Amino acid sequence: MGFGRKDLVGLEGLSKDEILYILESADSMKEILERDIKKVPTLRGKVVANLFFEPSTRTRTSFELAGKYLSADVINFSSSSSSTTKGETLKDTALNIEAMGVDGVVVRHRASGAAHYLAKNLKASVINAGDGTHEHPTQGLLDLLTLREALKTKDLNGVHVAIAGDITHSRVARSDIWGLRALGAEVTVAGPPTMIPPFIERLGVRVVPSIDRVVKEADAVIMLRIQLERQASPLFPSLREYSRLFGLSAGLIESMEETPFLMHPGPVNWGVELSPAMQGYPKNCILQQVTSGVAVRMAVLYLLLGR
Amino acid sequence: MKLPEGYVLKRFIMREDRMERVISRMAYEVAERNKGVSDLCVIGIKRRGDVLAGRLVEKFKEIEGEDVPLGSLDITLYRDDLSLLEEQPVVQRTEIRCPVTNRKILLVDDVIFTGRTVRAALDAITDFGRPRLIQLAVLIDRGHRELPIHPDYVGRTVPTSIQEDVLVLLKEVDGEDAVVLAGREG
Repeated sequence: MGFGRKDLVGLEGLSKDEILYILESADSMKEILERDIKKVPTLRGKVVANLFFEPSTRTRTSFELAGKYLSADVINFSSSSSSTTKGETLKDTALNIEAMGVDGVVVRHRASGAAHYLAKNLKASVINAGDGTHEHPTQGLLDLLTLREALKTKDLNGVHVAIAGDITHSRVARSDIWGLRALGAEVTVAGPPTMIPPFIERLGVRVVPSIDRVVKEADAVIMLRIQLERQASPLFPSLREYSRLFGLSAGLIESMEETPFLMHPGPVNWGVELSPAMQGYPKNCILQQVTSGVAVRMAVLYLLLGR
Repeated sequence: MKLPEGYVLKRFIMREDRMERVISRMAYEVAERNKGVSDLCVIGIKRRGDVLAGRLVEKFKEIEGEDVPLGSLDITLYRDDLSLLEEQPVVQRTEIRCPVTNRKILLVDDVIFTGRTVRAALDAITDFGRPRLIQLAVLIDRGHRELPIHPDYVGRTVPTSIQEDVLVLLKEVDGEDAVVLAGREG
């Protein structure tokens, strides 16, 4: 089988086989990152445009390197220095960039659905790098790849993953949930009631009101950042209280016999969701996630543009 | 005998016993030409050349008593025809653990046809370093080259028509050893 899609807008709707196909390709791409000469000629002559309407360092750099390792030309566009400040619409900006001969557009935008909208309007492949509170599919895929490696299993049947933090505002949580459920993992979400979206159980996840018990049961825990920039009014009384109830502390980990793998999509706010003592935690996979991210983005660029 | 879907058997080119002897002979030729196998590294092209490369390495152990490093190469990312293929090929993992620079590389594939796979493999290997030399060993040379590439060691040369296919079946992949000439159904 191949990956017969033009775009990657979200993990919702991707089959288990499609997700595993991307992960297997990403696994092969990892080898390139270990070479002295980290470059293969596969996407020579293809152009990828990073269209970022929101700040990002990790994701944009990761896409840029992934494209360059495959020999694609990568151009960066950030909204602050562009014609969007002169009132140009998202669609016009994207159409103009496409008219210059771009083959793939990586888009990040504050509006949920922005990537879907561009995918409908462009002939170029569109890759969602985060749209509002909807999805961040390559982050979901890199979390799956990291989990597979940490737990040494191919699919994630019966694996228990906890996601803790601001679920309502997290596109990472949504992509993680779709991906994990497709591969057969059990998912539990934890967070203050004001940060748990209503009806989330319909995605097949369990909701618990505190982090302590779920961390003891989970094989891996994904800690999320509090997205203060997306909250219209404060959703909890104080950072200190949040940290006490929903942060992962070294004390909690030390009290456990079997500890979970720790993941975080970054950027980490040390002292809020993770206590600073967790930096040296032996099952901390945060940097492995970053490496997996480059491999996953190489796989996605190859599958969408390498034809 | 089970051929991949869409193929019909025309005739046998080699059966198990003959393949064994041919691989033996090729191993002796490599050892003779290189005056031993000491600074050799064998790299097989996936997805059958790597199995044949493994068998050559076993032979080297028997003949010369030396462990020769073995690697495998997936050329998907170096192909020149990605945009022409109907189905996009799956990227497999490349594993070359021996240092390539200043080594003698023995590149191994099952069948040489247009030469384009070998061209891609040469590009891939030079991304790992600058070998002292690269030699090419193939079990079957079926002709119809489109590039100026010539193997150094050939198991057998088989004249074929462009409509035919040469299939190398290996125990490790296909459950049995044989080389057959096959036609396309329909």
